[in-house]
Amino acid sequence: MDPEGAVSGGRRRLLAALVIASVLTGLFPAANLFAQGAAARQIAPTLLRPASATKAPNADGFLQRWLILDPIRLNGQLTDSAVQMAVKAEYFPNQFTALPRDGDALTVADTALTWRSVETVNYNVNLYHFAYAHKRPTSNVLFWVVTVVNAPHDMPDVRLAIGSNAASVWWVNGQEVIGIYNDRQTVIDDGVSKRLTLKKGANVIRGAIVNGGGATDFCARILAGDDRPIRDITVGLSVPERAPASPAQ
Amino acid sequence: MNCWLAVVVAVLLAAPLVALDGDPAMHDPSTIVLHNGTFYAIGTGTGLPISMSEDGWTWRRAGTLMQGLPGGRPGQAVLARGGNNTWAPDVIRSGDKYFVYYSAPGTQPKAAIGLLVGTTLDPRAPDFTWEDRGPVVWSDGVEDSNAIDPGVFRDPTNGSLWLTYGSYFGYIRLVELNPKTGQRLYPDRKPVNVAINSEASIVIARDGWYYLLVTHGSCCAGANSSYNIRMGRSRRITGPFVDNIGIDMLQGGGKLLVGSGGRHIGPGHFGLLDLGDGVQKFSMHFEADLDRGGISVLDIRPLLWRDGWPVAAENFTEGTYQIESARTGTALEVAVQGVPVGGIRGRGGRGGGGRGGGRGEPVPATPIPSQDAAQVSANWPTDAIDVRMSPYMLQAQQKWTVAPVANAGGYPGSAYFKITIAGTDRTLTATADRELTVLPAFTGAPEQLWRIDQLTDATYRLIPKATPGVQAPLALSAVGSSMPTLTTFDPNTDRQRWILKAP
Repeated sequence: MDPEGAVSGGRRRLLAALVIASVLTGLFPAANLFAQGAAARQIAPTLLRPASATKAPNADGFLQRWLILDPIRLNGQLTDSAVQMAVKAEYFPNQFTALPRDGDALTVADTALTWRSVETVNYNVNLYHFAYAHKRPTSNVLFWVVTVVNAPHDMPDVRLAIGSNAASVWWVNGQEVIGIYNDRQTVIDDGVSKRLTLKKGANVIRGAIVNGGGATDFCARILAGDDRPIRDITVGLSVPERAPASPAQ
Repeated sequence: MNCWLAVVVAVLLAAPLVALDGDPAMHDPSTIVLHNGTFYAIGTGTGLPISMSEDGWTWRRAGTLMQGLPGGRPGQAVLARGGNNTWAPDVIRSGDKYFVYYSAPGTQPKAAIGLLVGTTLDPRAPDFTWEDRGPVVWSDGVEDSNAIDPGVFRDPTNGSLWLTYGSYFGYIRLVELNPKTGQRLYPDRKPVNVAINSEASIVIARDGWYYLLVTHGSCCAGANSSYNIRMGRSRRITGPFVDNIGIDMLQGGGKLLVGSGGRHIGPGHFGLLDLGDGVQKFSMHFEADLDRGGISVLDIRPLLWRDGWPVAAENFTEGTYQIESARTGTALEVAVQGVPVGGIRGRGGRGGGGRGGGRGEPVPATPIPSQDAAQVSANWPTDAIDVRMSPYMLQAQQKWTVAPVANAGGYPGSAYFKITIAGTDRTLTATADRELTVLPAFTGAPEQLWRIDQLTDATYRLIPKATPGVQAPLALSAVGSSMPTLTTFDPNTDRQRWILKAP
């Protein structure tokens, strides 16, 4: 997080210029994908629109495909109690159980918000890029993110491992499993759940990331009992009952 | 603060050390042997007295070795070369047998080292019988040797077996043994002289070096004994063994491993106790334990390694510590919302924070008191609380008091410990799902008793006496930056290595 607080308008313009210049010069991997005419459509320097129904984790096991709700404004306090209160407030119906679709719209505090599917080209999902690309606030906000992990068989004794900027709370199949608080940067495997079981089939992973100001992002993967990342899973954005999966990418 | 400085700080804050529990009275202990789940040591005395311990902490006398020897005393060949005393034995397992080498001095320096061979060290076992295989080496009373104080060593590089022996008169000597018989492999070869001015010699090996450990100074005078353990090293088993400043042990060299300290005077008779998985300890006796009326006692201490030399560490002692993961650098804490030390203030040194501390402003002179649990725990949950790891910030939920628990057993060198949040009874506890929690009170249950072993790199391994429903021992482990758990100890990672620092 930027310790000086929210990024000023001038700095935003500067950042935008840098981002555009970086894309044009091929600094970001996404720019290369874009230049090569990949099927995925770029929506931000590090974010694409998914071009297939499912995707395997990357080589290090990171889950790269997510549904993200446009950020919800809040006060951006990051203590344990403030974050717990923020994420437990009801913003929309069935917020802990609903599995949205790309493009689903809702209204929170008179603000129209949209669920958007993204695929990051990196290990992490840059929420600043996401919000900036959609002309949404990046500071003092709450992001809801959801993904679906499909396990080929029951996987006991695994752990969800995340990193986030800043605080975040996470659920697996409705069970709260991680809470990390205070002003912090995204560090791989910063917050790790206790041992849990991924059941055969679809498992819904849901996160709520609270940002105070400045950069904001997260990363997530599943660790086996020996702490090695699990890759024999696929990541989709829907459960099979709602939308049968297409062949894996 | 690095690991070594943390160790020094911990030692400085330590309560007086206690040498083992039960009846650790012993002089000239052999290397400690773990046999069928029980630790054994044999010492000087009539018939070679045996001490045993199920956990390595609480010791008791258990008869003598020569109870199992026909005639109950050294055989005639040993008596002829040496004498009728039975001192300072050493023991090693070779195949399915134990070889016990013992000193049989006559009128020194006329002495012999005898060999006894048996299959069990347990005097209660029906097969507790010993065979006298006669003298192995001896000194005739004139030559530059006093053939007592055997130390036996198996070379891990090739399985060869070696014996060092000697005591002050003349040289410490080295001979090779036959691993099958225990006798000399080349009886016609002249023994190799490897040191002088010492006794109680033994060799250990590590990373291509051989280390000759000996005892310097005087023994057997209680608190007036100047015994201390010293060492040199060599790339060859036959020497030359040279100390840290380049002096050959044949010329009196010897780097100090351990001398008198705390309430204990005169350490001697080093023995390596390698517990595996990167945990090494060593045994010795102190000539005088001031807490036990000045008697000679067995003790066990951690053995560390630094810059290619063994380092004698202290057993872990009671105190208040931060428990930092060597893997992540984050500290164990009970999962409650922290309060900044001194309360919530402004940004201080970067220009905020009200009075003082800003750019060009005077620094306020009033110190901020340390934070304890009584100040900040009013809103902590009263029942079980999760455990996590965070950057250490001197907060009450990050300070742990580690204290030994009486009458709860222990492990080699130490009693079990309880680990509580300082100033509270909230206790670190292993759970049935192989995770951790902090319970409101200490109950003495095995899942609340902790074994704290210092590893050879000076970090610590913490293992609960029992994890509910789990047979194998599990160690406190870091997974990710902010989550502790319990897993099987892996000496090849930092996951289960912890640094305990004074807060």
